[in-house]
Amino acid sequence: MERHLDDELKELHQEILKMGVLTQEEISKAIEALKERDRGLAEDVINADVGIDKLELMIDEKCIDLIARYQPMAGDLRFIATAMKVNSDLERIADLAVDISQRVLELADKPLLKPLVDIPKLSLIAQEMVRDAIEAFVRRDAELARKVVLSDPQADKLRNLIQDELINDYMSRDPSSAARAVPLLLIARYLERICDHTTNIAEDVIYMVDAKVVRHRTEDLRKNP
Amino acid sequence: MIPKIKVNNLNLWYGDFQALKGVSADFSDRKITAIIGPSGCGKSTLLRVFNRMNDMIEGVRTSGEVLVDGVNVVSAEADLISLRRKVGMVFQRPNPFPLSVYENIVFGNRIHDERNGRKKLDAIVERSLKSVLLWEELKDRLHNPALRLSLEQKQRLCIARLLAVKPEVLLMDEPCSTLDPQATMRIEELMRELKNDYTIIIVTHNMQQAARVSDDTGFMLLGELIEFGNTQEIFTAPKDKKTEDYITGRYG
Repeated sequence: MERHLDDELKELHQEILKMGVLTQEEISKAIEALKERDRGLAEDVINADVGIDKLELMIDEKCIDLIARYQPMAGDLRFIATAMKVNSDLERIADLAVDISQRVLELADKPLLKPLVDIPKLSLIAQEMVRDAIEAFVRRDAELARKVVLSDPQADKLRNLIQDELINDYMSRDPSSAARAVPLLLIARYLERICDHTTNIAEDVIYMVDAKVVRHRTEDLRKNP
Repeated sequence: MIPKIKVNNLNLWYGDFQALKGVSADFSDRKITAIIGPSGCGKSTLLRVFNRMNDMIEGVRTSGEVLVDGVNVVSAEADLISLRRKVGMVFQRPNPFPLSVYENIVFGNRIHDERNGRKKLDAIVERSLKSVLLWEELKDRLHNPALRLSLEQKQRLCIARLLAVKPEVLLMDEPCSTLDPQATMRIEELMRELKNDYTIIIVTHNMQQAARVSDDTGFMLLGELIEFGNTQEIFTAPKDKKTEDYITGRYG
């Protein structure tokens, strides 16, 4: 039987997809701005955040409206609950792209401390995870979502590597390097946080598809994917 | 835990029509179990088996077992009087007798036991009305006609009338379908109170009600029990696609 709710859910699905695409764009731009030391691009990312915030509120309202009017159950309920959480994680990811851009502005006038190697690597991991998580949500693909969850430790490791290098090889030896090292340290931290939010999205997709809660149980998932 | 009611491979026919097909389920004591499903799926029939209400319909046959406290109540030897005392039913439309509030409540006691003194009956009336939270409202109007009560009060009175004979299982067939939302909420609150002392099985078309009030839920379709389990699981992550289709409104 065709239900009116199905049309509404399709719309919600489209809105989340749009939010995902916009967020992905902001991360790419922020990283591009970092690599190219491009002030203009960094400012674009900061200015675009208002639009993403608006979209987040709109999606949130829509979810609450659907719950109030349809009292959804089973798969419908899991989809809407997941959409709400994914929406909020995407908005946080977009905020982190803004944070990266603000650090880029701080760094833009100063000479580079060191050639960027690991930060672009970490940003590639983050971008791929975000892309796969959104794809997993859109296609209701729990397998792909599991892959995302399992790639998070890689990001954590890389972040630690970057942090150790910046602290031990630069800041400890030459405290005056801190002004240029700390923004890089923070950027690594932001990228790692993006991966964490992306992991949340992937975990919620697994719940939506398989009705299994895997949050805070990553160890189990690693042992038994 | 030993279930209060255990149904083993129960089949029921009305003449040539098979209304229940191989139903098996455990109904826990001091829990509320909801039975949901589309009209004609057999949910009321199943409810009525538990105190043999279907016996009044001609051409009814059953096979399988329904064990209430371990005693098979669908066997020919079952003691129907003690069964109906133990397992009482509340109907869709409240059906008080055209008597006073007081006489409605003690009706069963007068039938089951003639040696009740006035004092004992008074105590039963007070206890029963208190259990359904009607005592304060009606204690000064006990001898008024029950038919003059509001719909919700009548339904509460019918529940009180059951409680007066100290049943153990309460069967409720759409007990709120004629009530407004506020009265429905209050009856649901009453059900939550009563489950501390009774096993409650409710048949309802109102899925939200089943989700709100029950601990376990069974979904029936065309005489079969498709899925039976914890209410939270049934409404958030049903295992059977037919259950999912029904509770999300895709069925039909």
